[in-house]
Amino acid sequence: MIKLIMTFLVGLCIMVQPIQDEKLVESMKRGKETYEDFCITCHMAEGEGVPGAFPPLAGADYLLENRTASIRAVKYGQQGEIVVNGKKYNSIMTPLYLEDNEVADVMNYILNSWGNEGKYVSEEEVASVEKE
Amino acid sequence: MIQSIHSVSLCLLLLTLFASSSCSQSNVNFPKSDQPLTFEPVNEDFSNPWSFVFLPDASMLVTEKEGELFHVVEGVKNPEPVQGLPEVYVRGQGGLMDLELHPDYEENGWLYISYGLSPEGESGGNTAVMRAKLADNKLMDQEVIFQATPNSTKGQHWGGRMEFDRDGYLYISVGDRGARDDNPQSLSNHSGKIHRIHDDGSIPADNPFTGEDGAIHSIYSYGHRNPQGMAMHPETGEIWTHEHGPRGGDELNRIQEGVNYGWPVITYGINYSGTKITDITEKEGMEQPVYYWVPSIAPCGMTFVTSDLYPQWQTSVLIGSLKFNYIHRCELEGNKVVKHEKVADGLGRIRTVREGPDGYLYASVEGKGLFKLVPK
Repeated sequence: MIKLIMTFLVGLCIMVQPIQDEKLVESMKRGKETYEDFCITCHMAEGEGVPGAFPPLAGADYLLENRTASIRAVKYGQQGEIVVNGKKYNSIMTPLYLEDNEVADVMNYILNSWGNEGKYVSEEEVASVEKE
Repeated sequence: MIQSIHSVSLCLLLLTLFASSSCSQSNVNFPKSDQPLTFEPVNEDFSNPWSFVFLPDASMLVTEKEGELFHVVEGVKNPEPVQGLPEVYVRGQGGLMDLELHPDYEENGWLYISYGLSPEGESGGNTAVMRAKLADNKLMDQEVIFQATPNSTKGQHWGGRMEFDRDGYLYISVGDRGARDDNPQSLSNHSGKIHRIHDDGSIPADNPFTGEDGAIHSIYSYGHRNPQGMAMHPETGEIWTHEHGPRGGDELNRIQEGVNYGWPVITYGINYSGTKITDITEKEGMEQPVYYWVPSIAPCGMTFVTSDLYPQWQTSVLIGSLKFNYIHRCELEGNKVVKHEKVADGLGRIRTVREGPDGYLYASVEGKGLFKLVPK
């Protein structure tokens, strides 16, 4: 019986995984477009940022370890000191006025590009993040 | 590795630029000014004060990019925003942007406001200008006198600066709205252009393209990317602008009638990805900038210095740097930049720089508010 359940679960995972991946790939594709519209001017094409001015996203501990704060920053803007990979940044990202689905797409793009790995961000998750 | 390839290609690019440089050259390390300044806060209760003007009584009107207008009297902000603004389409770099007073403001009371407008029932928006009169913290007699095409949901490149010249023409900058291959080189839309209109929005009969079928008649110059700075030269009366390049290639331009400033056919910038936009930086029939920056400083806001309080900065134009949090001073000899300096280093992401009626320079700064720049 346990064996049967295990087989079932494994099968389910195999079935679900590609759907989840496809969803992520599609979201990242849309997110890349949004990124190139709204974010690239400061965070640059490879998410490398501008030293001393704008923090990197590629390999950025802040982004990868502060999921909700990162969603909040993209959704509402960000101000004040943050430390990214040991370096201090004290600037401002003014609100971009993206829709929740656009925030989710761009989060999926930056969380899964340039060597980053992150869990799928849904529109619902973005909707649940409130302004501080 | 990628980093070093970037450095090598940047070096090569810089070498090429130096080799081919005619009127301009690039320099990353600009010296700091030896004129120290104190940044005196005027009012710090602003989140993104995109622009401001001084009214005849020396009070200030200040735009918040998110769509509110405030009156600041002797440093005190009226907590009630000015009523009667149009509905503002806030998206990416667009929102409530610039303010300008009619040259005869004291007689006619016309205030000019540039903002993102999304026409009802349509998706996306573009830069528009409303004029209105202010009384009791309310706008009245509102008229939309300029509305750029095409509408776009893209977040970038709205331009949005305005300036009157001595003859009473109103100039308006509109960015390329993120469609560089469609807009700036086409005369059949408003984007990527400097426009010239009368104070009531009508088109001057002698505008350069009024005789051309299919051309937008308010166009005064074209081939622009994203001009977020505009000021009239105090001696020549000419309109000068600067614009954001992509990665490198920010430009200072002297605006001349009917002239093509080349974007994106010629540019000193490259794509954010590091790939080329074009092989050429010069072309016949396309104007060279007065000066260009590689790398970009992200220029925003602009004023020529005329005040006696800054004697060593006469014949200079001041330009805010969004990227490096300072004001860039270009000292001019005629139409050439002969010296560069970093002024107000560390002040922040400057949106607008203006001289006040008291002769002091004022700046609005993202996330910080309004500041008076007092020489030490």
